[in-house]
Amino acid sequence: MKNIVLIVLVSFLSINGFAQEKKSKNKKVEFAVGGNCEMCQKRIEKAAFSVKGVKSANWHVDHKDIHLIIDETKCSITDVQNAIASAGHDAGKIKTKDEVYNDLHGCCKYERL
Amino acid sequence: MYKKIAVLLLLISSSIYAQNSEIKGKIVDQNNIPILGANIFWQSTSIGTTSDENGLFTIKKSPETNSLLISYIGFNTQKIEVLDSKELNVKLIEVTTLNEVTVSKTLKSTRNSYTAVTNLQTMGQKELLKAACCNLSESFSTNPSIDVNFSDAVTGNKQIKMLGLTSPYILMTEENIPAIRGASQAYGLSFVPGTWVESIQITKGAGSVINGYESISGQINYEILKPINDIPFFVNAYGSMDGRFELNTHFNQKYSDKLSSTLFIHGNSRQTKNDMNNDGFLDNPIGKQVNILNRWQYNDVEKGIVSFFNVRYMKDDKQSGQVAFNPNIDKFTTNAWGSEIATEKVELSNKTGYVFPDMPYQSIGFQNSFQMNKQDSYFGLNQYNINQKSYYSNLIFNSIISNTKNKFATGINFTYDDYNENVVLNFAKDFSRIDNSVGAFFEYTYDNLDNFSLVAGARVDNHNRLGTFVTPRLHMRYNPWKNSVLRASVGRGKRAANIFAENQQLFASSRSFAILNNDGKLYGLNPEIAWNYGMSFSQSFKVFGMDSEIALDYYVTDFQNQAVVDLDYSPQQVLFYNLKGKSFANSLQAEFSIEPIKHLNVKSAYKFYDVQTQYTTEQLQRALQAKHRFFTNVAFETHIKDKGQQWKFDVTYNWLGEQRLPNTASNLPQYRLEEYATSFSVFNAQVTRTFSSVFEVYVGGENIGNYRQNNAIVGVDNPFGAYFDSSMVYGPIFGQMYYAGLRFKIK
Repeated sequence: MKNIVLIVLVSFLSINGFAQEKKSKNKKVEFAVGGNCEMCQKRIEKAAFSVKGVKSANWHVDHKDIHLIIDETKCSITDVQNAIASAGHDAGKIKTKDEVYNDLHGCCKYERL
Repeated sequence: MYKKIAVLLLLISSSIYAQNSEIKGKIVDQNNIPILGANIFWQSTSIGTTSDENGLFTIKKSPETNSLLISYIGFNTQKIEVLDSKELNVKLIEVTTLNEVTVSKTLKSTRNSYTAVTNLQTMGQKELLKAACCNLSESFSTNPSIDVNFSDAVTGNKQIKMLGLTSPYILMTEENIPAIRGASQAYGLSFVPGTWVESIQITKGAGSVINGYESISGQINYEILKPINDIPFFVNAYGSMDGRFELNTHFNQKYSDKLSSTLFIHGNSRQTKNDMNNDGFLDNPIGKQVNILNRWQYNDVEKGIVSFFNVRYMKDDKQSGQVAFNPNIDKFTTNAWGSEIATEKVELSNKTGYVFPDMPYQSIGFQNSFQMNKQDSYFGLNQYNINQKSYYSNLIFNSIISNTKNKFATGINFTYDDYNENVVLNFAKDFSRIDNSVGAFFEYTYDNLDNFSLVAGARVDNHNRLGTFVTPRLHMRYNPWKNSVLRASVGRGKRAANIFAENQQLFASSRSFAILNNDGKLYGLNPEIAWNYGMSFSQSFKVFGMDSEIALDYYVTDFQNQAVVDLDYSPQQVLFYNLKGKSFANSLQAEFSIEPIKHLNVKSAYKFYDVQTQYTTEQLQRALQAKHRFFTNVAFETHIKDKGQQWKFDVTYNWLGEQRLPNTASNLPQYRLEEYATSFSVFNAQVTRTFSSVFEVYVGGENIGNYRQNNAIVGVDNPFGAYFDSSMVYGPIFGQMYYAGLRFKIK
């Protein structure tokens, strides 16, 4: 009896957990990306599109954030953030390396938080 | 046992609770006054909220960070490390000196795009207001890419040309539904009142495959005002010295945030008979028009649905010919030469678009349009009646391939045209027929998000007269360096020439009509086929700090077959036949625009046209087409004052080089024209005074230099004799003309 209840409970929880993690093919994601100008925009969006599974990427200079639609079965948010960070722009929690940042064009040297 | 489960459940629920726990707080300024609308968000996330009117906010804890940022315009952004969940009280400190920077830039009235793949110009409302009068055909008089011809002596119709080719070679669409075609080709532009139009998009060159296969030299699309953005009431009244009066009223009603409608009512009339050149013929037709459009728009942003429904009715009557002509007595007699054209138009159209809510790059569009265009007319003893009933339907699906750098549009369309057409000329014949076509298209767009993009499209159509054929089109854009764009395009077009509807001005002559081929499916002729190739380059730069731009383009239209209209074989005849030999139109345009001081814009263009066709006799330059043209438009406006007061000045100068005239060498000496018409220039000007944002008055003049074509009508002394011809018009007939009007809005 005890075991049955536990099994049912555990399986219920795991289904619940699975449901929460169901991967969407058109997942909308937004996160902050540092940048200043149109050149930054091109660089950021190019970097985002270099990740397979990114369907749409729009970086907004006024809000310093990127709006993505990604296929979660092909990539994760972290993949995209890594790609943007390695192009020189802090993306979400992932910071770009100082030497990459220093190589950016003068007008692209955004203020780092 | 049950206790254990209870504990387990408690644990689960408490862990859920912990995840959902919220931070509450209050945001105030130095004087402890609550701040409304401050932004509160977790650093480096998109989780955020804003404060309410009491400065209060609630935000869910973030598993990723403890750093909470609070910002408000005019205040220093504050960062707080949130370690426990007690209430936060945040005091924002005002930025002591807020550096205010005002960036102002006047939006140009016509914009050349630097990112569009096609050579696209958008004429906004501001540009459209420069030509105060009155309908679509006159809207282009301030645009160098389109040449507005002078109205022919009888019908008063102004034809437009692009790349040296007349309007039948331009695909004209109303909100991307083919609108001015077939029976309405000749007068259709004058049936669209200028005040209805929100913007016009002009594409030079082959254009997109989505709207069909007919475009050869370019596409003109016009957008009608959208009910959802419209103002409750608008009125425009216009009167001119040549006796033309126009009245436009728009009534807009918004029924909910989703449903709105506008009722457009247009009327125009000219009852004064003008004969400035004393040739016994009216310089412009008298007549009247009633034109009513009721447009409905349904917008549901959340569901991604936009839908339009239009109902339209138009009735237009024109009378022209000899001043003494009285239609009740003289119709179909040789007492006096006269002409009447009565047109009626009914249109029902709908288009619906659906954007997938979770995929903003994916959409479906469905367009349907039913149009009836009925024209009953006579020109002296010639009669021409045409009634076209058309149905057009287009289903478009837009989406992406892997990402938005690769987009595509695909779909199918269907066209049905029932023509009831009768001519009574030197022969009488019924040309009634039914045309239908079904086609499928696919268009791929690539954009590297930087300096290159490409549109490659193709369509396959099956038409009962044109057969089954493929229409390929390709456009490319490249930005070689900053503020520059290089474009190239190539495409094929195919069309059925409506030889009578498109050449109606020839009915007002004594020419006899002959079609020399009889084995084709279109009046005995074959379909017209042409390839168009083009290149364009634009560069914007600063000259002594002044914004300026140069634009160069070169287009070649090469006809493989054409329904040649031959006026040169004999001045007493017009021949239609399939092209044998070469026919081409090469056009070069060099445009320069500059803003020497703020609010002053100068635009100049030089245009070169080499348009030649192999006629029966020889290869000749197209008649009534200037090889060289020069255009300048100067626009100046004062600063807009507090209540909206403003002055606007606009001057347009057009110079036309010599034009070849149709061969009249075999006529009696008094009925002969020179081989070439001399060059001349025309000035138009307009002044607008805006008294407030809702009321303005304008006055203007056309052809201020008072240039007039002599002998606009050949054989005017005997309109029923062998030499009569009113179709050889290369310049203005009416001299100076001044007009005035007003616009009033309720916002």
